[in-house]
Amino acid sequence: MSLVELHAIHKSFGELEVLKGIDLSIDEGQVIALIGKSGSGKSTLLRTINGLEVIDDGVIIVDGKKISDRDADLLGLRLQVGMVFQQFNLFPHYTALENVMLSPQVVKKQSKAEAKQIAEEMLAKVGLADKMMHYPDQLSGGQQQRVAIARALAMKPKVLLCDEVTSALDPELVNEVLAVVRQLAEEGMTLVMVTHEMRFAREVCDKLVFMHQGRIHETGDPETVFANPKTPELASFVGGLA
Amino acid sequence: MSEFSLWDIVYNLLLAARWTVLLSLTAFVLGGLVGLLLLMVRTAGNPWVIRLVRGYVELFQGTPLLMQLFIVFFGLPLIGLDVSPWVAATLGLTLFTSAFLTEIWRGCVESIGKGQWEASASLGMNFTQQMRYIVLPQALRIAVPPTVGFSVQVVKGTAVASIIGFVELTKAGTMITNATYEPFTVYGCVAVMYFLICYPLSLFARHLEGKFRHVAR
Repeated sequence: MSLVELHAIHKSFGELEVLKGIDLSIDEGQVIALIGKSGSGKSTLLRTINGLEVIDDGVIIVDGKKISDRDADLLGLRLQVGMVFQQFNLFPHYTALENVMLSPQVVKKQSKAEAKQIAEEMLAKVGLADKMMHYPDQLSGGQQQRVAIARALAMKPKVLLCDEVTSALDPELVNEVLAVVRQLAEEGMTLVMVTHEMRFAREVCDKLVFMHQGRIHETGDPETVFANPKTPELASFVGGLA
Repeated sequence: MSEFSLWDIVYNLLLAARWTVLLSLTAFVLGGLVGLLLLMVRTAGNPWVIRLVRGYVELFQGTPLLMQLFIVFFGLPLIGLDVSPWVAATLGLTLFTSAFLTEIWRGCVESIGKGQWEASASLGMNFTQQMRYIVLPQALRIAVPPTVGFSVQVVKGTAVASIIGFVELTKAGTMITNATYEPFTVYGCVAVMYFLICYPLSLFARHLEGKFRHVAR
């Protein structure tokens, strides 16, 4: 059984239907890239997986448990599913260490010592052992994003969602973040990412999901999808990038 | 008729000014607590509650404070509750203060970006935790200057409590004027005392504004 299963997900914003019946299953340890033009629904789809967007219709099953939009369910869901955002969204009034420690302490009721130990571990993992006492505005964009990854990891999620995690970064800072994501993938973390970094997706992902106009248009392993796109939409999308 | 020296006037006004300070403090603290409560229920976002709180705010912002005090002071006896001028003044000013503070603070909370809510939600926090650890600490920093600034309005607002017979600074001024027939001297002293209470608050608010303006965290 897959770790995350999405069945017939529908979502509209007012009149605009952004997700028109999405089926997707994510296996444990799988690394999936959602690609497609802006407005194709890929970010919205990602956000439904941890309940930031409430779906209008369909079923989400995480780790065998069906998720409804009841608050208690959502909180439970979010313990399983971590998220990293395009704009980092660190808490500006806390240090890097406090950013990472907060949720384990507050949500998981871990002791301060325990939370601190995990936080230090996670920050070291993303290469920021020497920046723990810095506030977000004292860190570069790439460093902030790595803190955000550490913050999500400290909750020990089963799946990590990455929403265009390098799109807000200066070009020279992109690689340090991608390196961390790549390392997570190699360690067997289940990852779902919306990305425009096609080369990275091709190298790191097990499965590529091409979205077009609110539907999954084509899916497959990266080599095949990039080498032999079956649909003209994907061909033109991939071609436009080359 | 006894003679009043300037010192007598000042001394008696100072005694009464204590009540102005006490009334201001009480109204501000209680109003702040009620305001915070209203802010929480409003931010939590049940549409009916939001409408109710908005109506409450409009009501107190759209009517003179004097009318609010009259309604409390003369209205409560109608439903069988006899209230002293102190209680009526405290209650009236508390409601008034809470309406303004909740509106000031709402603006501060709304200035905290959506990303902060989403990030904290994605980490599994519930609404109370989000408010307590993420939104309020940031909103508070923004809110301090306008809140202190508003406290000046509360201090000046206490003057209307004189009309329902509560003996604070203004009422004492009126009583002393009636005895001395020196309105200019007496009200001059009264004005100076209000100024001495309010001016430091204004300065403090301005100081905080400068201090917090550039603080991102």
